[in-house]
Amino acid sequence: MSTTETTDPAVLLPEGLWHKLHRKPAARYWKDPQEVARKDGNNVGKTGQQQAQKANKRRLVEDSEDEEQVLSGKSDPFPGPAPIPEDRLQKFKRKDKTKTSRSQHYKLKDIITRSEETSEMAQKQAARLDLVLPEDAGFLEGDEDEDTCTISQEDIADSVDITSATKHFSLKLSQFGPYRVDYSNTGRQLLLGGRRGHVACIDWQTKHLMCEINVMESVNDVKWLHSEAMYAVAQKKCLYIYDSKGIELHCIRKFNDVLRMQFLPFHFLLVTASATSFLQYLDVSVGKEVSATCTKTGRLDVMCQNPHNAIVHLGHSNGTVTLWSPNQKEALAKMLCHQGAVRSVAVDKTGMYMVTSGMDKKMKVYDIRSFKPLKSYFLPAGASCLSLSQRGLLSAATGDIVQVYRDVWSTPVTKPYMAHRVQKAVWGMHFCPFEDVLGVGHGDGFTSLLVPGAGEPNFDGLGANPYRSAKQRQEWEVKALLEKIQPDLITLDPTELGRVDHATFEMKHQDRVQALGFDPLAKQKFVPRYKKKGRSSAGNHEKRKRKVAHEDLREDIQKTAEANVTTERERKEKKEVLLSGKRSALDRFKK
Amino acid sequence: MKVKVLSRNPDDYVRETKLDIQRVPRNYDPTLHPFEVSREYTRALNATKLERLFAKPFVTSLDGHRDGVNCMAKHTKTLSTLLSGSCDGEVKVWNLTKRECVRTLQAHEGFVRGMVVRFCGSSFFTIFWDLVLWLLWPAQHDPGQGGITGPLESVFTGLDHHQKDAVFATCGQQVDIWDEQRTSPIRSFTWGVDSFSAVRFNPVETELLASCASDRSVVLYDMRESTPLKKVIMTMRSNTLCWNPMEAYYFTCCNEDYNLYTYDMRFLDKPITVHMDHVSAALDVDYSPTGKEFVSASFDKTIRIFAKDGGHSREVYHTKRMQHVICIKWSLDNKYILSGSDEMNIRLWKANAAEKLGVMSPREREAANYNQTLKEKFQHHPQVRRVARHRHLPKSLYHQTKELRVMKEARRRKEMNVRKHSKPESVPLLTEKEKHVVTVVK
Repeated sequence: MSTTETTDPAVLLPEGLWHKLHRKPAARYWKDPQEVARKDGNNVGKTGQQQAQKANKRRLVEDSEDEEQVLSGKSDPFPGPAPIPEDRLQKFKRKDKTKTSRSQHYKLKDIITRSEETSEMAQKQAARLDLVLPEDAGFLEGDEDEDTCTISQEDIADSVDITSATKHFSLKLSQFGPYRVDYSNTGRQLLLGGRRGHVACIDWQTKHLMCEINVMESVNDVKWLHSEAMYAVAQKKCLYIYDSKGIELHCIRKFNDVLRMQFLPFHFLLVTASATSFLQYLDVSVGKEVSATCTKTGRLDVMCQNPHNAIVHLGHSNGTVTLWSPNQKEALAKMLCHQGAVRSVAVDKTGMYMVTSGMDKKMKVYDIRSFKPLKSYFLPAGASCLSLSQRGLLSAATGDIVQVYRDVWSTPVTKPYMAHRVQKAVWGMHFCPFEDVLGVGHGDGFTSLLVPGAGEPNFDGLGANPYRSAKQRQEWEVKALLEKIQPDLITLDPTELGRVDHATFEMKHQDRVQALGFDPLAKQKFVPRYKKKGRSSAGNHEKRKRKVAHEDLREDIQKTAEANVTTERERKEKKEVLLSGKRSALDRFKK
Repeated sequence: MKVKVLSRNPDDYVRETKLDIQRVPRNYDPTLHPFEVSREYTRALNATKLERLFAKPFVTSLDGHRDGVNCMAKHTKTLSTLLSGSCDGEVKVWNLTKRECVRTLQAHEGFVRGMVVRFCGSSFFTIFWDLVLWLLWPAQHDPGQGGITGPLESVFTGLDHHQKDAVFATCGQQVDIWDEQRTSPIRSFTWGVDSFSAVRFNPVETELLASCASDRSVVLYDMRESTPLKKVIMTMRSNTLCWNPMEAYYFTCCNEDYNLYTYDMRFLDKPITVHMDHVSAALDVDYSPTGKEFVSASFDKTIRIFAKDGGHSREVYHTKRMQHVICIKWSLDNKYILSGSDEMNIRLWKANAAEKLGVMSPREREAANYNQTLKEKFQHHPQVRRVARHRHLPKSLYHQTKELRVMKEARRRKEMNVRKHSKPESVPLLTEKEKHVVTVVK
């Protein structure tokens, strides 16, 4: 880099002189740190500069290699590493940087900085790779004054390539319907379960029928297990497991009257909800029942899983949605969502939003991390079935009409993104993973709809890979079984395992203090080290002691002051919110 | 109307021919990889279990000595050569790759007390009662024809050679510094002690040396001065010591009170770390060349590996037939540990019990590194730690450990009661580090 290009005056002047000219008051703790940073502009504050210098020591060495002049004398027009867009970096961000304090042990500080450096590097590399992913998501845009919801499936199928056009098809199966639908986790296989006993699995892209049986009993639900080799069928009396050739592998009599099923792929758990209000978990890798809970809430025919934390959501006839884990006999949370019965529930794959629909003809969106309602929509006919796609499209079935909505949680939606009418009432609906396809099971068979922008365009080859060979599938199966997550690790927050367990530590520490008779971690009194050349005179000794004491005091004051500032700010914000919004008489009961 | 529907070309995702490897497109989007903490934890647990499964540390045993192995010396220039001296005065040269004895010399009549290879690797020294033998490498001829320094007046118990100069040090009734070319010591140190058990040169500050004395002290010397520098007196006697080769201001001494103590040479008033776990006197100690770990041999028939700042051992090695371990060495490639014991055998152990020996394919190495990182990341989780710490110990050792724990507990309880019933602050609180140091003399 040549100096003429830079506009920073610090480069032109010697450093000491520059500091003298632009002397600034030291940063004060009562000032908002963001404000200070903003004032400083591009120039990093003095302390920040020092820290950056320390942290960048290694990087500086690398940079100096880059800055080597080329033989021709030209300088690199794009020096340094290529910039990464901020939103991509945010996508891969796991946690904020930890604050280091002076009291931390130097070894701990070192470990923390090292691990943060590595995770930052990983984050950057992942973000870079994200820029060069090969496939782009699908989309549908209408011309001027053309609503996308008026575009018919036939029009879409006509205007896309032949392979995609074959993905829109209909199966007329009027004899044994209505049908429940399930796609395997790679999205290649389709499982159909007719109410009157017809079960079929199809490789739906090649239209190759893998097996077709009639179980001669009513079928309540069908579900693929971890791979396309096995599926579970909830029949009238008990639960059956078949293989992909239609051979009955197991009949599980302990699971009776099952109405709905969910499969947790990373835990190898099949979760069933029964008409007798039992919620049961079956570990399919060892064939053992993990837990059985009587929810005492009547017939359970609304169920979905949260793919982010493997919590099961159940909808009830009194309008509540309850959250369940296999480790607790009671519900983790109960939410009153609707005034009538809950008809359908769906949770998006980030585990942030839940969409419910009820008999009160409303469709509501909730933030399930804070259990707060976000949006409420009125659908004139009410939605009987809800399904969320990988990229956040919501499909809602009202009678025989399937509507697809976009961005239901971020913007208020007035019109559907797409709409389609099938022959009879919709019974089951499922978005196909990694494809722009929505499978709809209804009274007259099955319809596969093209929904551009529904599926995740880039799959991960080591996870669910639609193009995997038999050998790859076998290897994946072994690996997946090896890293099967134990059911007792299911919690509302899946990252809890990676955090420091303060409670247990405190308990153990108390025991230790009691056993030892003193606290080994107590802060030791500062004893100044002996210094030579008369620098350890009594006065000097006292001075050093006082200095340390002052520093400690200062830190304490700083902490309390910071806390005060934040509480004050929060209070103000609350007040503003209260003043701006309407007040109701009941607000005084709020905390 | 503008429309685009996902349509992948299978040719981009499937290998062309059967001879190719499979294509694996990656997408690191966190939402495609849920439960990352739980899955990593499960992987870490599996890796820890596998580590215990593959932990087979014993490599081979070298037998041939006709009496207990009393001392060993690593060759300074070749990795595969080891020298050992036994209690019947026999010196054997071993080739470790072939696992055989290359040469046997009957050097002395009695114990071979100490042995050291010269820094150039061309010759080595052994000591016997009151004699230092200088044997040329590769000892082609009988010891009588090698260079001999001595006979000398006093009895010798330990020996070490300078890192660069033609100077070596012996200890016995006093610590002597010898020039290789002279028959009398160039310097002798005494400090009111009747005998020394070991002497070691500092590997970095090459003029410094330390020795263990029978008055329960560890004494530091500067070769250029005529008097010793300082000494620390402990509650019990130290047997040998070893300098940390990387941070050469630290040294570790193995003590008769079953513990090992790491001291900072500059601050001797209390040890940096007390390493506990042996249930009998620690007899020998040697650092790994990286300076991060050291290995100790004990009278309780076990070998233990400690981290340099770890209070408890990370590993314990024992076999049914291994008796009191007299001498121990950590090989210079940081991969093996050699132990010489009472029952005439030298044993070769892996320094890392679960490590795979031999060539590893890149994928294998990558997987091993990944697992290692995971194990470190989750090492404090109770399940992982329980598996990682589990060791099978011989019954007697297990009971001794338990007994020691009970004794220690009783002592602590008593001290607490004494403190409770005496005048406040008349019975001081002493930490484990402070307990074992009596005084520092300068």
